[in-house]
Amino acid sequence: MLIDQVSVFVENQEGRLAAVTELLADAEVDILALSIADTTDFGILRIVVDDTEKAVKVLRDNDRIVKVTKVLGVKMDNQPGVFAKVVRLLADNGIGIEYTYAYAAGRGADSAALVLRVGDNEKATEILKNAGFAV
Amino acid sequence: MERYWQPEMETASRETLTKIQSERLVALVKRVYDNVPLYRERMDNAGVKPEDIHSIADLGKLPLTSKQDLRDTYPYGLFAVPLKDVVRLHASSGTTGKQIVVGYTKNDLETWSDICARQLTAAGAGKDDIIHVSYGYGLFTGGFGIHGGAERIGATVVPVSSGNTERQITIMHDFGCTFLCCTPSYAMYLAETIEKMGVPKEEIKLRGGIFGAEPWTKEMCDSLEQKLGIKAFDVYGLTEIMGPGVAFGCSEQNGLHVNEDHFIIECIDPETEQPVPDGQQGELVFTCLTKEAFPLVRFRTRDIGVLSHEACSCGRTFVKMSKPMGRTDDMLIIRGVNVFPSQIETVLLKLGYSPNYEIIVDRVNNTDTFDLRVEMTEDMFSDTVSGIAKYERTLTEALKSTLGIGVHVVLAPPHTLKRSEGKAKRVIDKRKETGKC
Repeated sequence: MLIDQVSVFVENQEGRLAAVTELLADAEVDILALSIADTTDFGILRIVVDDTEKAVKVLRDNDRIVKVTKVLGVKMDNQPGVFAKVVRLLADNGIGIEYTYAYAAGRGADSAALVLRVGDNEKATEILKNAGFAV
Repeated sequence: MERYWQPEMETASRETLTKIQSERLVALVKRVYDNVPLYRERMDNAGVKPEDIHSIADLGKLPLTSKQDLRDTYPYGLFAVPLKDVVRLHASSGTTGKQIVVGYTKNDLETWSDICARQLTAAGAGKDDIIHVSYGYGLFTGGFGIHGGAERIGATVVPVSSGNTERQITIMHDFGCTFLCCTPSYAMYLAETIEKMGVPKEEIKLRGGIFGAEPWTKEMCDSLEQKLGIKAFDVYGLTEIMGPGVAFGCSEQNGLHVNEDHFIIECIDPETEQPVPDGQQGELVFTCLTKEAFPLVRFRTRDIGVLSHEACSCGRTFVKMSKPMGRTDDMLIIRGVNVFPSQIETVLLKLGYSPNYEIIVDRVNNTDTFDLRVEMTEDMFSDTVSGIAKYERTLTEALKSTLGIGVHVVLAPPHTLKRSEGKAKRVIDKRKETGKC
């Protein structure tokens, strides 16, 4: 499944990440998954939320730079080796992964979800589906 | 068609201008020798008598005047008339050190209005125009100078002064202002705010802008013209000499004509103090020919520029000075390399960045650090680090090739760097703050 991911530019300064996340909290946007890419000068907060439109609006209204990207959501069993299998499948098919992050659905949950940013969404979807993953 | 305010002067032959300048110079030297102790003392020390000055060819015999002389004689030491003849005082904006005070007689104010009227006319403004003046009114010369010129040409003046940007835009919109006068950095801020407020561009009636009081680049000019839908003109001036209008941009948009019937401009090598030829960079030096209250002789502006006597397509014969690159005061020496902030502006605008930036210079372990905070744009933002790094690298390389020195670029979110309502302050030199200079 292709899902909308919201990326936000965050300066590498104390309190900046807190300010961004509080904007979302105040707007009652629920964060479903997140990851942060960081460099020495700035970070990119990437989130999947329950209401993308609302999140983008509140961030833009507050002068944040925001980008919405289509990423691949894959459901997988919460068991050893499943992630490795996904990555191997994509690698063997020549699909590069820009970045990926996962979240467990809850403590002891038997399934987890994976967010994948790849070069070719369509091809990756097909490959994973053929391998039996819920994409 | 090109329009002039005082065509007999603006298009006079070189011969006529030289004659006028020479006559006025002879009279000026006499006046300052008789009335200003500092000039008499300097001339006596240099062995020059007023009788030795016959024409502008003798200008080099006269001593130079520096900003320090103005501070040393503060407040009224350089006035050439008694205070009863002075009808107005202004003071420098004090951007670099202690403030100085200047005076104007009634005639001086007339001259000032005339030269600003020439500027406005050259920009195409006339009786039917509504002129929005966002220069500060007060001790700063910006507001009152342009104001006088605008009234002189019979235009409708809106003396908004500086501050309260959203209100400025409401006024500009509701009053139907056609010309905007302010610093280029404030014009850019206004343009951004118009966009942000969602005011439809077609409802803003601006068609021209007269910008000055700080160094700005050709790229900034293009950007302002595009954003505000105007033709942008340059104005140059300084409190010490008169205020805005000492030199003005014309339709050619390539340099500023110096009002030579009122001022003599020279371009000198700041080290040797000898004149440099046309086309070569040097420090601009002004002599006030007609000013009564505060006539400066060979005043070193510390502005760096280039002169050109080539014929201008606008028909004016006044010598042209280039847009000043900046004041020698603004120049930073970083790791031994001379850096003018205006060079940075050029690079930023060429690459599509906002011209708002902040330079932070410091010294760590005896080496200068040079950080440049730049606002990134939505287009440049990416969800991947490599995507952003690509832009960062292009910018860093362009800066390095222009400045000849490496810069550490720090990206900031848009609209987060400080906007100025007057002269922009873009340099934080921590070496000075901590006495490391």
